[in-house]
Amino acid sequence: MDGSLLSIRGLSIHAQAKTGVTEILRGIDLEVDRGTILGLVGESGSGKSTLGLASMGYTREGLQIASGKILFDGIDLIRLSEHQRRSMRGVRIAYVAQSAAASFNPARRLFDQSIEVPVGRARMARREAISRLIELYARLQLQGASTLGLRFPHHVSGGQLQRAMTAMAMVTGPDLIVFDEPTTALDVTTQIEVLSAIRDVVESSNTAAIYISHDLALVAQMADRIMVLRRGQVVEEAPTRQMLSAPREAYTRSIWAADGFRAEPKATLDREVSPLLRLTAVTAWYGRSRVLNDVALQVHAGRTVAVVGESGSGKSTLAKVIAGVLPPSGGTMQFAGGVLAAGYRRRSREQLCRIQLIAQSPDTALNPRRRVCDSVGRPLTFYHGLRGAARERRMRQLLAELDLDPDRYAGRFPGELSGGQKQRVCIARALAAEPSLVICDEVTSGLDQLVAQDTLKLLDRLQRERGLAYVFITHDLAIVRAIADDVVVMKGGSIVRSGPREEVLAPPYDPYTELLLSSIPEMDPDWLDRVLARRSGAPGLGGAH
Amino acid sequence: MSRALELLKTAPASARIGMAVVAGYGVVAVLAPSLAPYGETQIVGLEFADWSAQHWLGTDDLGRDVLSRLLYGARNTIGIALLTTLIASALGGVTGLAAGTLRGWVDQVLGRVVDVLMAVPSLILTLLMLAIFGTSIFSMIAIIAVIESTRIFRLARSLALGIGMLDYVTTARLRGEGLTWIIFCEVLPNAAAPLIAEFGLRFCFVFLFIATLSFLGLGIQPPTADWGSMVRDNATLIAYGQMSPLIPAGAIALLTMAVNVIVDWLVHQSSGLKE
Repeated sequence: MDGSLLSIRGLSIHAQAKTGVTEILRGIDLEVDRGTILGLVGESGSGKSTLGLASMGYTREGLQIASGKILFDGIDLIRLSEHQRRSMRGVRIAYVAQSAAASFNPARRLFDQSIEVPVGRARMARREAISRLIELYARLQLQGASTLGLRFPHHVSGGQLQRAMTAMAMVTGPDLIVFDEPTTALDVTTQIEVLSAIRDVVESSNTAAIYISHDLALVAQMADRIMVLRRGQVVEEAPTRQMLSAPREAYTRSIWAADGFRAEPKATLDREVSPLLRLTAVTAWYGRSRVLNDVALQVHAGRTVAVVGESGSGKSTLAKVIAGVLPPSGGTMQFAGGVLAAGYRRRSREQLCRIQLIAQSPDTALNPRRRVCDSVGRPLTFYHGLRGAARERRMRQLLAELDLDPDRYAGRFPGELSGGQKQRVCIARALAAEPSLVICDEVTSGLDQLVAQDTLKLLDRLQRERGLAYVFITHDLAIVRAIADDVVVMKGGSIVRSGPREEVLAPPYDPYTELLLSSIPEMDPDWLDRVLARRSGAPGLGGAH
Repeated sequence: MSRALELLKTAPASARIGMAVVAGYGVVAVLAPSLAPYGETQIVGLEFADWSAQHWLGTDDLGRDVLSRLLYGARNTIGIALLTTLIASALGGVTGLAAGTLRGWVDQVLGRVVDVLMAVPSLILTLLMLAIFGTSIFSMIAIIAVIESTRIFRLARSLALGIGMLDYVTTARLRGEGLTWIIFCEVLPNAAAPLIAEFGLRFCFVFLFIATLSFLGLGIQPPTADWGSMVRDNATLIAYGQMSPLIPAGAIALLTMAVNVIVDWLVHQSSGLKE
């Protein structure tokens, strides 16, 4: 035995499809020692999740391990029977999935489903399992640890669920835990709490872990070593600090640099010009709860207003109100000098055309049964009466503008596109209407860093070319820094701070903006320690999570 | 179209057999006049004649050729069941998708009407309606279509509710698209797979239902050949150890199973479940 807990040698995984065999992973070597965390970084499709699952001896449907060895504590997982492998999973090797909300059974209480494996497979007594779970909840800084598990998954927040899932994975005291993007679905303020909780627990229990993420800054906080994957191959592997300070490969350097996009500053705004969109004292309710409270907002042509805040702050609601999906109960909205009716049904076709919404998730924003050319072409026909060859020409022009080769992509269905491509089709569809205001609701949050940066650059370019106004809803302050002209900070349905970017993102801050700003992960392995040290000096800022 | 062919290639053996059986029934139904040795209502011999070279499956209680009536029966029973199911699907599908897309009072009104129709057991409701409107093929088709459409309404409505929440439908609404576009271009294509599967399943129920009514003497009326009434008319033969009445019953059972096998596969496909 060479001392390492998990040792993968020459692992290749193939996908069997009708069209032939595709290599998902090619000749991967990997070592994880006890008590260390290995970070796996890569864009989507790089095979990092497949590798994470393979380290448990598991492959997704349709995938096959073609060659290689997966030695876990000296046992070759590939040679074990499925039954033997299953008896190790959840007991000696555990897995924490990306979306805890989707991974818990909504019909069962947290305690009941969390102790299923320990009681069923690790032969732990029910009472012992529950007391260990409560202890873990406490160590993961979950409030009300002793009673939290009596709740159903929908009764707790996303951040709490993610920690509950980590606790569930750790009840049996596994030797290895695989974390697959455990904080991607969380907003920055919650993410920090989950990160620090996970790190503390993993460190104190001397467990080995594999931490998978597309966000390098996060991995830098968690991992001792980092491995960069691309197209199923290892690009490079090194201790975290060395990897950050001196990446060897060009690809690695390009990921590092992806964070650096900054739109060129625009000319200062002439305050005399009347805004394109003006919201005054807008209030909105969801049933009996008030979700927007006396919101005022001005958007000028050719400029970007970023709306930031943690989840539940009302920023997406604001997008819905402007788009007309959720009619506000009070206040006035003006668009291009005219009154903007509350609900979209009462708006004129011209107003509908000039305000376009790009939704958060490109997966659900495109009709899966319509080809790209039809999705992009429809607004051309609907608003501008283009048909036949004229429509075809304009549609191809739009796709080409968004760096999508019309010959290759116009005939495809959304299922045949990557996430970034889908998002660009959504943008093309919005632009087809020739809007003057585009509402972007978290348009980059589902995308990889590199793709997200490209999308931002694209939006910036289009804004300059067409004089578009953007309302940019985001929880990511790095994006705000990159493209915003004006910033609106929201909390609990109200605006707590607004103004030009340089003013809002400069001290002195109010406590909430400070909290948001300091929660953005930085590309520095000491960032998390520094933030936590600073916050421990000022308790109470952690919020209600 | 090419996608449909692609899909067919992936069909498992059971679904292929099912499709072959259904196709066989279709051919028989279409070609019945040229396949049948005698006319549908032609009296060709003695009553209850035994199987022979002239009458492969013997004759029935009036001396008509059983084989000929069996072949014509395929045409009548399947044709009427198919027509009824098509009407039921169109009616239930469109109202259900509209209710799920529009929500609000339209949904409430349609929903309550459907609740009332579903609250009464369908056989009793049908018997009642047939008593009121008289037993003609037209009224039978209309009554069964309305009753079966309630089940399709339920499915279509819940599908439309789910799909209506998705961003691409919101985008279409915000574009100012009309209801027709939203239902037929945005919602329906994405609800098609489960609705097609439901169509097959409904067809089985309608088919069995018509056979039941015919057996009770309330469905397809004599002298039109129909499998349900053929079973009833010749039922006495079973007491004499004769197979004949079981053959139309077997034909009903085989078609039902074949359609079910295909539907199973389609449902499996559309739900994305693996083995």
